[in-house]
Amino acid sequence: MAALTVISRKPLSFVLPSMGLLGAVFGILMGMSLGNAGLGIVIGIITSVGFSYFSVLGAAKEKLVRFSLVFLALVAGYFSFGLAGMIAGGLWGWFYGWFVFWLFEGRYRARVHSYLTSGQVLWHFTFRVICGVVFTYLIAPIIVVIPLSFNAQDFFTFTPEMLNFDPAGYSLKHYHDFFYNNEWQRSFKNSLIIAPIATVISVTLGTLAAIGLSQSHVPFKRLITALLISPMIVPLIISATGMFFFYATVGNFLENSLGIDKNLVGYVKVILAHSVLGIPFVIITVTATLVGFDNSLTRASANMGAGPVKTFFKVQMPLIMPGVVAGGLFAFITSFDEVVVIMFVGSSKQKTLPWQMFIGLKEQISPTILAVATILVCMSIALLVTLELLRRRSERLRGLSPT
Amino acid sequence: MSVNPATAPLLSADGMPLKKSLGRALRRQKIRALMLIAPLLLFVFVAFIMPIVSMLFRSVENDIVADTLPQTVLELQSWDAELGELPPEVVYAALASDIKIAAKARKHTKVGLRLNYEQSGVASLFKKTARKAKKWDGDADAPFKEKLIEVHKSWGEIEIWQTLKVHSSNYTSGYFLNAIDMRKTVSGPEFQPEEKQVLILLFKRTLVMSLIIMGTCILLGYPVAWLLANLPARQANLLMILVLLPFWTSLLVRTSAWKVMLQQQGVINDLLVQLGLVADSARLVMINNETGTIVAMTHILLPFMILPMYSVMQTIPPTYLRAAKSLGATNWTAFWRVYFPQTVPGIGAGSILVFILAIGYYITPEIVGGSKGVFISNRIAYSILKSLNWGLGAALASILLVAVLVLYWTYDKIVGIDNVKLGG
Repeated sequence: MAALTVISRKPLSFVLPSMGLLGAVFGILMGMSLGNAGLGIVIGIITSVGFSYFSVLGAAKEKLVRFSLVFLALVAGYFSFGLAGMIAGGLWGWFYGWFVFWLFEGRYRARVHSYLTSGQVLWHFTFRVICGVVFTYLIAPIIVVIPLSFNAQDFFTFTPEMLNFDPAGYSLKHYHDFFYNNEWQRSFKNSLIIAPIATVISVTLGTLAAIGLSQSHVPFKRLITALLISPMIVPLIISATGMFFFYATVGNFLENSLGIDKNLVGYVKVILAHSVLGIPFVIITVTATLVGFDNSLTRASANMGAGPVKTFFKVQMPLIMPGVVAGGLFAFITSFDEVVVIMFVGSSKQKTLPWQMFIGLKEQISPTILAVATILVCMSIALLVTLELLRRRSERLRGLSPT
Repeated sequence: MSVNPATAPLLSADGMPLKKSLGRALRRQKIRALMLIAPLLLFVFVAFIMPIVSMLFRSVENDIVADTLPQTVLELQSWDAELGELPPEVVYAALASDIKIAAKARKHTKVGLRLNYEQSGVASLFKKTARKAKKWDGDADAPFKEKLIEVHKSWGEIEIWQTLKVHSSNYTSGYFLNAIDMRKTVSGPEFQPEEKQVLILLFKRTLVMSLIIMGTCILLGYPVAWLLANLPARQANLLMILVLLPFWTSLLVRTSAWKVMLQQQGVINDLLVQLGLVADSARLVMINNETGTIVAMTHILLPFMILPMYSVMQTIPPTYLRAAKSLGATNWTAFWRVYFPQTVPGIGAGSILVFILAIGYYITPEIVGGSKGVFISNRIAYSILKSLNWGLGAALASILLVAVLVLYWTYDKIVGIDNVKLGG
């Protein structure tokens, strides 16, 4: 983004107190962890003002000054807290150097409109900090899980060895447990059986119905849409309760009257339940894609002699494919992630990965859960990337330039 | 025959009146659309709507007493429960014969269990009576009144007969009364004794906590949505990943992450102790209570708030704010009188979505909520899976379902269900 405002250096009477404030905050934290907050504040203010004064004096050689600040912080960090302290210190030194010159050179003004008052500029950056805190809240729990899954101990927190980057503090044993423990492997396999089949069912039926729904004259369109989307709106616990009664009856009928294998019936029940839950997502995404579909294309195709089936597969399908795949991904993740309905409908033979995690979290807490969680996070990142690529492809197909 | 061209119907190419021909085309189109929808509609109907209906049915169904003890129920009809007298000998004889038949068919435990929800101790009473009654031989052992009272003195107390009579009808409002902490008695519905009143409290808590979660979602989501809507597209897309990644991450992963973060020996407490903000002996209790549920559920539902707000804010031109300011509005007035009112639809959509999702949540409160942070849905699961009081579970779920449908209807009126957007 281009600079909006011409910047100018700020007086020391602004820079030094600001840096003093930063030093005071840092001093409080350091002081409290060492047991003397008051002393911490005083030392924090004095050192911060001192360092920033000397930095500003050397402003002509900014790079050198910032480099030496990082170096000093690295050394100080290493001698106080070891390797972890060195890394934290380095980051702090880098930030401190950047911040001093950001204030002194007035760089913070460059990207805001020149007519803003100081108060408005302050609010602008405070607002960004608030947003940063919310983003941290959103992402921190997911990030924290990843390093913890490599913990050599059976703890759910960082051990001193881990903080010092001691290789002995890390291990792959939880992953080993996941890949070699029968319980986990069986539930993983169940997840891989149930989710894809449920997805195929909901995508096939859902796509057909979405095409039907987006025709121009559909009687009772609102009512039908409401019915088809209802599995998404009705809370899972209610769907699960309903299915518990109904599917038990159906299951007993299949087993006793038709003599179908009990295990098979269990899978059928769970797959049917999961495909119903995935249908609203398919309907919503495919209908959304069909809104932008140009109906003259099907007419053109019919004009050239293609039957409805050929038109569907050769003309309509390739164009709505991104929507179908996106809907399929939603349906897949709904089933893959679902635990309430399956607990009510299935038996322990159909135990899936989330169910196993749920049991693990409720009863014997095992750190293997964190390893599984990390694998699932990687999976959702892959999913996110696929969806983004699909979105771009869809926009390209419709002749929009991707943003 | 001459045809007046002004009044004659327009004809299509094959000589049919155009109106008829168009009508037929329209009908064909409608049928084709319905044929495409039909398989799914049928599937959803069988696999989803019917289970829900069967649940509603379960919440009032009560044929077990009348089915297992038919003669007793019949004889009890002529007995006035409010007089305070024990029923006559015919009733005791009917009961003895009913229990004998039921014990042979092994159905006596079921009816005992059913009545045990209403009056504790009935289950064991039925078991004991059935064991004795098996050996009795028709009329030879009469009179049964003394015999039954001899087997268990409860048969000589009026409460058990009142319970039997009250719960003998095929359909009952008893489960719904239980669901709101009341019970059915001979003299009409009454409140449960104080120590058994938990469900209204749970409903209230579910409501209050869902509102709190909705409120925190608005507070945290609004600034983020504003930032995303006002940044240049490239930066906004990057930051959007931070919203969408949690959205796509498994619910169980996020819940276990919060368990890791919030535990007494967890990451946040360790950090606070390291920084000296909290003494090692006074670690914060942030899990297995309301705090745990609110923190974790706000995190899980926040994307559902941010995304609708974002899509509304994207459509508001930033020039409006500048125009307001150039006309002399202060920062606050410009925001509150010009920008904020335009974002209300987004807030409304997000709030209803978050609220609907929150009141039905089960997994997260179950894991991080302890006993103080659980919702009504946890009680439903407990009734169905643990205490096996299916009727009560179904009644609780039905009440929740009605609440959600009302909200759903509101959502449809305000936003329209076809406007639901997924993943930005």
